[in-house]
Amino acid sequence: MSVESTNLEPKGIQGLGKAIKRKEDPRFIVGKGGYLDDINLPGMLHMALVHSPYAHARILSIDTSEALKIPGVKAVITSRELAGASLAWVPTLAGDKQMVLADGKVLYQYQEVAAVFAETRQAAADGAAAVQVDYLPLEVVVDPFKATDPSAPVLREDIQGKMTGAHGPRRHDNHIWTWDVGSKDETDKALAQSEVRIKQHMVYPRSHPAPLEPCGCIGDMNKATGRLTVYMTSQAPHAIRTVLSLVTGIPENNIRVISPDIGGGFGNKVPVYPGYVCAIVGSIVLGAPVKWVETRTENLTTTGFARDYHMDIEIGATRDGRVTAMKVYTLADHGAFDAAADPSKYPAGLFSICTGSYDFQKAYAEVEAVYTNKAPGGVAYRCSFRVTEASYLIERSMDALALELKMDPAELRLKNFIQPQQFPYPSALGWTYDSGDYEKTLKVALDRIGYSELRKEQAEKRARGELMGIGISTFTEIVGAGPSKDFDILGLKMFDGAEIRIHPSGSAIVRAGTRHQGQGHETTWAQIVSEELGLDVDKIIVEEGDTDTAPYGLGTYASRSTPTAGGAMVLGARRIREKARKIAAHLLEVGEGDIEWADKKFAVRGVPGKSVTMNEVAFAAYTNLPPDLEPGLETTYYYDPPNLTFPHGAYICVVEIDQGTGEVRVQRFVAIDDCGTIINPMIVEGQVHGGLTEGFAIAFMQEIAFDNQGNHLASNFTDYLLPTSLETPRWETGHTVTPSPHHPIGAKGVGESPTVGSPAAFVNAVVDALAHLGVRHIDMPITREKVWKVLRQAGVDSF
Amino acid sequence: MEITLLINGAEKKLNVEPRTLLVHAIRDAGLTGTHIGCDSSSCGVCTVVLDGKTAVKSCTMFAVQAEGHAITTIEGMANGGKLHPLQQAFYDQHGLQCGYCTPGMIMSAHALLQHNPSPSEDEIRFGLSGNLCRCTGYQNIVKAVQQAAQMLQQPVGTAADD
Repeated sequence: MSVESTNLEPKGIQGLGKAIKRKEDPRFIVGKGGYLDDINLPGMLHMALVHSPYAHARILSIDTSEALKIPGVKAVITSRELAGASLAWVPTLAGDKQMVLADGKVLYQYQEVAAVFAETRQAAADGAAAVQVDYLPLEVVVDPFKATDPSAPVLREDIQGKMTGAHGPRRHDNHIWTWDVGSKDETDKALAQSEVRIKQHMVYPRSHPAPLEPCGCIGDMNKATGRLTVYMTSQAPHAIRTVLSLVTGIPENNIRVISPDIGGGFGNKVPVYPGYVCAIVGSIVLGAPVKWVETRTENLTTTGFARDYHMDIEIGATRDGRVTAMKVYTLADHGAFDAAADPSKYPAGLFSICTGSYDFQKAYAEVEAVYTNKAPGGVAYRCSFRVTEASYLIERSMDALALELKMDPAELRLKNFIQPQQFPYPSALGWTYDSGDYEKTLKVALDRIGYSELRKEQAEKRARGELMGIGISTFTEIVGAGPSKDFDILGLKMFDGAEIRIHPSGSAIVRAGTRHQGQGHETTWAQIVSEELGLDVDKIIVEEGDTDTAPYGLGTYASRSTPTAGGAMVLGARRIREKARKIAAHLLEVGEGDIEWADKKFAVRGVPGKSVTMNEVAFAAYTNLPPDLEPGLETTYYYDPPNLTFPHGAYICVVEIDQGTGEVRVQRFVAIDDCGTIINPMIVEGQVHGGLTEGFAIAFMQEIAFDNQGNHLASNFTDYLLPTSLETPRWETGHTVTPSPHHPIGAKGVGESPTVGSPAAFVNAVVDALAHLGVRHIDMPITREKVWKVLRQAGVDSF
Repeated sequence: MEITLLINGAEKKLNVEPRTLLVHAIRDAGLTGTHIGCDSSSCGVCTVVLDGKTAVKSCTMFAVQAEGHAITTIEGMANGGKLHPLQQAFYDQHGLQCGYCTPGMIMSAHALLQHNPSPSEDEIRFGLSGNLCRCTGYQNIVKAVQQAAQMLQQPVGTAADD
């Protein structure tokens, strides 16, 4: 087999659409990435945490004396010490508050109880093991449906009897909020009048992003200067700086947050975790840098989980397959504290994208959140704020409707798509979709996979008793949060910033308020600037993650970087180009009106060969300026997008099921994505490969499960299964391009589409393979055991 | 206790506790390209190559057990300024995104190619199944290993370290 490299060297002017190799890779491939745990400061102490073995218990006593006897242990802190600094509890992103270290009781297994500081990592671990805690176990709430029973124990005694929360009234001490959108009466009426109605209950199970690099932090308080430097695995360093200033009282200009190379984030590295706070407090108290790097078990059991939505949907349609209305009720298990990472106005995130790619006239969605004895979280795991749950819900439901109507699921979708001429499309639940061509994308996918032949093959196999299924998902995403009129986190508006500085010799440094974790910003931002300014990509350095130098921005998650900071990068570059035009006119000795930007140079209109490059202009900006023009060539641009962007895609999955073992084998998977304008097709394809693999993982393997005592059943990688190269299917990818009409270069964002769109395709394929046996739904993860049971219940012979 | 480890051809004298894992000893010696990602020898980001041919998860071995063995880490793969074909191929084929699994993945692939210089796709996938990657979906990693296998078999030797 011949393998050729077709990707381009990152040299010269390389703008949009070029598959150039990544500028960040040379350091990673030689082992010279600089991740958090690679940082070691002089005199640095190490921290280890003590965790609760119980999911719900009162703390009777904490004895630290034995720990303090261990050589190298410097100090142990508990909630009591934190209370002295008013840091026993900290606000969450969702308007709730959470304990930093257990205050009187623990509310989930592995909750942080004490922090031990020591001279070495080993001594800190020994110290943590020597802390003695006496617990009185309490009744546990694991099932979210039982959380609001009248007899359920009150979990959050700190807000007991306080029947109003950050998002409205509470109807039980374990109820957090109820959020709804759309018209219930009109939807009920439309459903009642519908010729066909289907109902389905489905669970999007609790999952965890599990980036391979765990979370970590180094607090470094310099008592001489009063400056706090915090190294943190953070996807949103600027927001972290502001939050740290608000909770510690340290002026924001005395806090520097540095987010070094990040070994994957996927939403897990957005929130502030107790370990971060303790490391910072430790540094302030002990006057030395303090490092905390979590173990994998700490990562999986205490830091931000995702999903855990228990959804009921009802859809109405005409008998010939035109959808009329949808109604959704969702119970959301938020764990012990409401620490979901969502924009302030949207406690259920962007779940109201649940009408998907279809022209629903009436819709209503209600989400209720409850407390349980599980770790807090609700992060946007490779997902734009609950879009994954919404997309799965509608795409599973369209297949359920197709089955009820005895229609082909592709035909049902084609019949109900929002049509290209309907954009900008106002959805029944309040969004304005920017652009899309759903029919085109699905047809490309159907052709690519050979859909009609596959259906014939399926019929033949079924006649022979073999199990083959085809699953479709034609999802719409909603990303790029977001426009400041609607989107903020803790009041911070969700715009983003870019700074471009062009040096006299024509090289440039570019910074953004985002923080990549593998998405390739060091390459794609350089390509945008190369495109807009005609500079060589190899002379453009991209820097993110240092709050002392980068412009403010809310960070990288929810596929927001290209829609927000990417827009800032384009418009900042264009602002520079306007100034450069004046300098070019001066150099070419013509009026500014005679200058045109053509072929990435400034040329005199109508005079062939008379032009200057941006390199020449850059030099002149420092050496030969026109009179009255401010010297230099740089800018900072903050971009507040006018709308969100709505990427979409059509995915088709083919599976075969072993009727003896229940094993599902993905035979083919075609993913046609439409993320608008593509900056670097190599990077887009890589993002799609990775996102599909995480979607596959969620559909078939990953689950954060608990037993009925609240014991965590997925606390390490032998119990929480991630796909290896062996299980992962081969992906077939492609694109259609429907640019966003409002983004400066028409780009929409792609990092999450495959994780959002693919789970429904997998599950639809499995159900399609089993539908003739009467199977209507199987909840994820679709393990062999579940399928085996379904097959045995259906009376299928093992052999 | 005092031990001497031979890492990338250089002797390193280290003072370690008996319980010190090889991965910690390597990292404490300043070679931070070998990473840590789990507590259960599941993820493979700490993979190094022992005696030029065996991939070992360096969290499964005590530092003291590594005495007398030659250890190759990611930092030992390039020959002077010239990338090892595996490093070049990961770069060419977009075989990495966040980069955290990359050193371990390259070391596992290195050991695989020692045993099987022209593996099939299935053999590559089997050979790398002890190394997790959360970003790439493995597809471009497989392509990178295929490219490296080809480069290593070209008549003009391009292998860097052996």
